[in-house]
Amino acid sequence: MNELLRVEQLGVVFHAARGRVYAVDGVDLAIAPGEVLGLVGESGSGKSVTLRAIARLLHEEAHITGRVLWQGRDLLTLPARALEQVRGAGIGTIFQEPMAALNPVLSIGLQIDESLRAHTGLDAAGRRARARELLDLVGIADAASRLRQYPHEFSGGMRQRAMIAIALAANPKLLLADEPTTALDVTIQDQILRLLLRLVSELSMAMLLVTHDLGVVASTCDRVAVMYAGRLCETGPTAQVLHAPRHAYTDALLRALPGEGAARARLQPIPGMPPRIDHPSPGCPFAPRCTHAEPRCDRERPAMQDVAPGRASACFAQDRLGVAA
Amino acid sequence: MSRGTWLVGRLLQIIPTLLLIGVVVFVLVHLLPGDIVTSMLGDHATKQAVANLRRSLGLDRTLAEQFVLFVRNALRGSFGDSLAHGIPVARLIAQRLPVTAMLTAMAVVIAVVLAVPLAFVAALRAERAPDIAIRVAFQVGLSSPIFYVGLVLLSVFAAWLRWFPVGGYGSGFLDHIYHLILPAFALALSLSAILMRNLRAAILGVIRAEYVDFARAKGIAARLVLFRHVLRNALIATVTLLGLSIGSLLGGAVVTETVFAVPGVGRLMVDSIFARDYPVIEALTLILAVVVSITFLATDILQMVLDPRIGR
Amino acid sequence: MRRLPVSLLVGGTLLLVFVACALVPGWFAPYNPDAFNYTALLARPSGAHLFGTDQFGRDILSRTIWAAAVDLQIAIFAVIFPLLIGSVIGLFVGWYEGWLDIVFGRLVDLVVTFPFLVIVIAIVAILGPGLVNMYIAIATVGWVFYARLMRGEVLVQKHADYVAAARGLGYSTPRILFRHILPNAIRPVLVYSVTDMALEILLGSSLGYLGLGAQPPTAEWGVLIADGKNFFTQAPWTSLFPGIAIVLAGLAFSLTGDGLASLFELRR
Repeated sequence: MNELLRVEQLGVVFHAARGRVYAVDGVDLAIAPGEVLGLVGESGSGKSVTLRAIARLLHEEAHITGRVLWQGRDLLTLPARALEQVRGAGIGTIFQEPMAALNPVLSIGLQIDESLRAHTGLDAAGRRARARELLDLVGIADAASRLRQYPHEFSGGMRQRAMIAIALAANPKLLLADEPTTALDVTIQDQILRLLLRLVSELSMAMLLVTHDLGVVASTCDRVAVMYAGRLCETGPTAQVLHAPRHAYTDALLRALPGEGAARARLQPIPGMPPRIDHPSPGCPFAPRCTHAEPRCDRERPAMQDVAPGRASACFAQDRLGVAA
Repeated sequence: MSRGTWLVGRLLQIIPTLLLIGVVVFVLVHLLPGDIVTSMLGDHATKQAVANLRRSLGLDRTLAEQFVLFVRNALRGSFGDSLAHGIPVARLIAQRLPVTAMLTAMAVVIAVVLAVPLAFVAALRAERAPDIAIRVAFQVGLSSPIFYVGLVLLSVFAAWLRWFPVGGYGSGFLDHIYHLILPAFALALSLSAILMRNLRAAILGVIRAEYVDFARAKGIAARLVLFRHVLRNALIATVTLLGLSIGSLLGGAVVTETVFAVPGVGRLMVDSIFARDYPVIEALTLILAVVVSITFLATDILQMVLDPRIGR
Repeated sequence: MRRLPVSLLVGGTLLLVFVACALVPGWFAPYNPDAFNYTALLARPSGAHLFGTDQFGRDILSRTIWAAAVDLQIAIFAVIFPLLIGSVIGLFVGWYEGWLDIVFGRLVDLVVTFPFLVIVIAIVAILGPGLVNMYIAIATVGWVFYARLMRGEVLVQKHADYVAAARGLGYSTPRILFRHILPNAIRPVLVYSVTDMALEILLGSSLGYLGLGAQPPTAEWGVLIADGKNFFTQAPWTSLFPGIAIVLAGLAFSLTGDGLASLFELRR
């Protein structure tokens, strides 16, 4: 497969005062050009940490291991200056809370201009024209006067559009989107999702979409990766994974959805305690809550195995699930 | 509410404040126990001398009349004559005020120049050796009285090394600066400690902000992230603190000017107390409070310029 | 039990040393602090006189130790009156709010426009120099800061369940304020008062230095420094050591205050 980004055995350990937290453990991902990959999981599953680790946005108490290959280069070992060139120009990033992610005391125009100045050779007039063009692109009317305004003068949806415009300023080939609609009103969530999908296809960009909303995954993603307790459970084409899960966790997740998973719905709680990521178990982290668990699930960690073309799962019950569905 | 309305509202607020400052100073001088005339003339003055002085100070009138007179004179900038210097108080203060203004301005510059980079180092190396060393040093600075710091600076850099003059103000702009360097350092030390502590906390608060991560994610240079996104936002709170510190700076100037024999209003204040020069004390208390409230006003306006969220 | 903060340990130890010096200076001071010694005028520090002697041959170490009592007294009296007055006023302002709070707010705005040292020395100027007048001057202005702190605490506490319960039991307002709210609201005020003691020692010694606080021949650190300043070129120790005592005493109180604040996890 022709790959844009390849993540190999990504691990993130936070060194906190009270001990270590194993946030991400052995995650493999690959994204092809133009592809939309959904990374789905409950809060605390490590999906957002994975996204931030890819762009090396975590702070110093996070120890990252593994490799993040971008055009044959490992982003995790890239010198700071080279990394700055990849960020923004190669990989754009948008966050969950546009109000928090936009600098409150700088105008939107300046925050776009920063990216253009860093990544394009445009002169001042060229950058101004490009900034207006970007606001038009994300559907913000009256671009010229909007550029002079500050984040608090924008509505929630407009802020998210502005953040997308900033992230797209330098034409990245991959967009990392960290729960881009979670903080928004339901009516605006759809608009923003549609906008993202349109931009992905118009600009022939790939996107890693982190979400805890299976409905969002179903309606936007080509492929999906499911995470639990910092580990990858299964990956595969969205339709196949959602209709015939091959991991007990995905299965439980879908069963917990009201209305057979077709309707847009947030993840429902699964019975049992959420996993402790400060003391990782030697076996499958989902075993204590799993209805399919076998004795070895507590002791042995199931390895990621190909279960079908383009599909992989890390579950000892993968075959039984196929039958049950 | 538009920013213009906000600004006008803030400007108008200063009028009641100034009036109340006048009331306080008036009450201070006219109602506190202890008769000014007696302390000015001593216990053995003749009845005639006492009566004359009372009349010339307007003390023979009713309190209400005295207050009206006081406000009218204050608005005209006429505070009577200095008892010790024999010249109008207003002229005396006008001669001395620029010296204190220059001293405090230099102290602010020194404090900021010391505090900003050190706060940066302390915040970026939080809880490690450089941070702890800087914080201990500044804790010591905060616990050192200005007059003592001044004396130590004097004995080391003026008396022993002879790099600077032992005191005075010199003549000519550059000479003034030269004379004020040591006093300004003494005055700046505790301010810079407070600024550094505050700015360090502000930087630590900002450095993990989402917008800083977002700025990093845009791929702009690390230097830009630090200066435009971290420092600029952290400094907004510090500017307020700097404005609020004007009171303790002026108080510190009283001590510093005494230690270094700098002919500013602080020294004038202390001299006037020993000379029982009440018109000067009264006028100085009033004027310094007015300076503080105008500085607060300027701080609020600067804050508005720096932070677009204010007043909208 | 939480671990004691380092600042509290260091500050508390220093504080104990100063309190011991203040309570029983005779145990620590090698000489009578006021005894003249014309055979050792302005003697440099040596085995006989660790901190040297002043222009009358008085032992600087002994004078510095004896002065601790005066400066600790300043720390206590400059704080206790503003603390008491301010806490009571703050209790009522926070409880009743309304116009009382508006007046109080204006008053705070007004007081902060007067440079603290300037207004204190202006009041001292009118009342006359001396420690008692200095305490009066400090209390006249300083209560406002305690009242502001107490008011803020009361605003939080008054909505607590135990207050509703006390009201339900029909307790009188003074009883609710002083028996129920005060004990719950006083902690941040007390912690602040420890930090404030550091500031008051600096203020008190500054006034002593200027000649407006403690009056000679009272041995007070600021007065000692003022005494020695005329000799600082030939005998710097006369001012140096009392100054170090001020710095250490200031550190003792501010470290203790910081330590208590982090022990009780107070926001600052």
